[in-house]
Amino acid sequence: MSLRKSDHLEMYRRMQRIRIFEEAVKTLPVEGHLSIGQEGAIVGACMALRDDDYITGTHRSHGHPIGKGATLAPLMAELLGKVTGICRGRGGSMHLADFSVGVVGESAIVGGGIPLATGAGFSAQVRGTDQVSLCFFGDGASNQGTFSESMNLAAVWNLPVIFFCENNGYAISTSVGKSHGQPDIAKRADGYGIPGVIVDGQDALSVYKASNEAVIRARNGDGPTLIEAKTYRFEEHCDNLNILIPYRSQEEIDHHVTNRDPLVIYQAALLAMPEINEKDLDSITAEVVTEVQAAVEFAQQSAYPDPADLYQHMYSTPIHYPA
Amino acid sequence: MLDTINEPLIIAEPTSTQLSYMDAIVQAQKEEMLRDERVVMIGEDVSIYGGTELVRSFDENRVRNMPISENSFTGMAIGAAMTGLRPIVDLTIASFTYLAADQIINQASKLRYMTGGQIQVPIVFRAGMYYKIGNAAQHSDRPYPFFMSAPGLKIIVPSTAADMKGLLKSAVRDDDPVMIFEDCNLWAKKDLVSTDPDFLIPIGCADIKRPGSDVTIISIGACLPMVLAAAKTLQKQGISAEVVDPRTLVPLDKEVLIRSVAKTGRLVIVDNAHRTNSAASEIAAVIAEEAFESLRKPIQRVTTADVHIPFSPVLEKIVYPTAADVIGAVNKIQ
Ligand SMILES: Cc1ncc(C[n+]2csc(CCOP(=O)(O)OP(=O)(O)O)c2C)c(N)n1
Ligand SMILES: [Mg+2]
Repeated sequence: MSLRKSDHLEMYRRMQRIRIFEEAVKTLPVEGHLSIGQEGAIVGACMALRDDDYITGTHRSHGHPIGKGATLAPLMAELLGKVTGICRGRGGSMHLADFSVGVVGESAIVGGGIPLATGAGFSAQVRGTDQVSLCFFGDGASNQGTFSESMNLAAVWNLPVIFFCENNGYAISTSVGKSHGQPDIAKRADGYGIPGVIVDGQDALSVYKASNEAVIRARNGDGPTLIEAKTYRFEEHCDNLNILIPYRSQEEIDHHVTNRDPLVIYQAALLAMPEINEKDLDSITAEVVTEVQAAVEFAQQSAYPDPADLYQHMYSTPIHYPA
Repeated sequence: MLDTINEPLIIAEPTSTQLSYMDAIVQAQKEEMLRDERVVMIGEDVSIYGGTELVRSFDENRVRNMPISENSFTGMAIGAAMTGLRPIVDLTIASFTYLAADQIINQASKLRYMTGGQIQVPIVFRAGMYYKIGNAAQHSDRPYPFFMSAPGLKIIVPSTAADMKGLLKSAVRDDDPVMIFEDCNLWAKKDLVSTDPDFLIPIGCADIKRPGSDVTIISIGACLPMVLAAAKTLQKQGISAEVVDPRTLVPLDKEVLIRSVAKTGRLVIVDNAHRTNSAASEIAAVIAEEAFESLRKPIQRVTTADVHIPFSPVLEKIVYPTAADVIGAVNKIQ
């Protein structure tokens, strides 16, 4: 599927949503892991998916449901622990799962989502639908056994799964160079007999193209693909981290922020297209700013969960609890 | 005899200092690593989880940063322990012990027994319990009860800086696998700690944190400051509470616990673990079996509800035991 003008504008809108949402999060009393700098990888992948396809996220996962098309207000309310939050205040920043747009789960256990996404692919295969499943995970997560084991499971049965690694170079303070025998994570695909693709994660269009090919393969029953998007996290790993021994240089950060901003790169690509002009983009940005403001107000004005409902959502069929 | 009397008097140097619980963890490891070069430390992002001092003091042979591969690096450390090293494995957040649990339970805890005593597994697994801080259910567990039911492990839950330092050092010197559960809510709490590099607290010894005569309150891990506050309030009510900290859950110092209950005749057990199969449940069973005649009223457990730790602060704050709960439980059995 090649992108029409409306698709391009939707891709731009979702990238801006993530950026502006995250900028707003920074001003709120929320402890979180931000995806600023990684919007191209996230949205490029999500745009290749249908609404009924599945994804799983990670601890750094405000962007994944937004990329998949989720409504912002319930996400923001979740970050503030409100009852109107997407998970009714039970999940918080690392768990913004919106099932209505196919987010099966967001795992704060690094590597925990990879088998779940594989399971969603297995389920689609058994149920005979043409849905596919895409799991987002980091470079750090690729060192979990779940990653290798899941790739093999998906390969053995040709499951419709896309393993999508956002390689931002670091797992907290540990660089890929210091933790991976083979720093090109995509090459691991070879060991499982599936295609492995490296893309520039700052270039949303390249990400889309690679993801789209993987989705077509998966939908056709040709099995899984591993995509490694080389990207960069602009912010610190998360708030409140006390890092006494620096692990990346200011020059390196500045270089990426100045020259490798996925929004700037995509803007330039869009403006080079005859059918898209600056006004199109400006009006989208303005709309997203309003949308995010409304989400923040909604979140702030919403109520907290009622303490009497503490046990709600524990079981589908409630069991008897001691008083 | 006369000789000893005539020996010159040695002026004692200051033997203790104010130390935070966090610094006690760091110092205990540093001292043991200096004392014995077989002690190595491994974990993820060691320099972030309080280990900056260790990274600065030792080279990569002694402190090694791990990829995010808990199951395998835990197993790697167990293999190293069987072949001459004495590793300390920092599993950071206690919820991650589940990923390492296969190696801890199926290998570390069982291998000595299954090889007919041919091998030793001298290893320490450290796990920090991060809760009450809005981290939601996958980061907030207090999982020591799960590991209590695996024979072959020793389980420690220190509640003060001094206990931490003395017990962690004993754990490193122990020839069997020891799990030590640390509590992030205690990190900044200071108390007087011995500076003697051979200061040890033996594994398996409970400590009476406050003597009393009317009721025994057994306090597990970080419940202690709250339980001591409750005991103070009870004192004003005219109830004298004895606060006992088991410090070690396996092996359990039954003697001290039973003696206290024999004196007071009443028992409340306070535990931050979930209620079902909590450490409190095990202790209650032991007392019911072995000291039933001493009890004048039923044993009370004050525990965290059997519900996942919710993210929302309004919900999270109501799930853990509070001083009011402890006082309520004591009053219920007066
Ligand atoms: C099983 C497990 N181990 C350790 C952690 C602590 N932790 C949280 S994020 C993180 C780094 C993850 O790195 P990566 O997968 O590259 O994702 P990124 O943070 O770069 O987005 C670690 C080690 C965790 N949450 N879960
Ligand atoms: Mg990373």
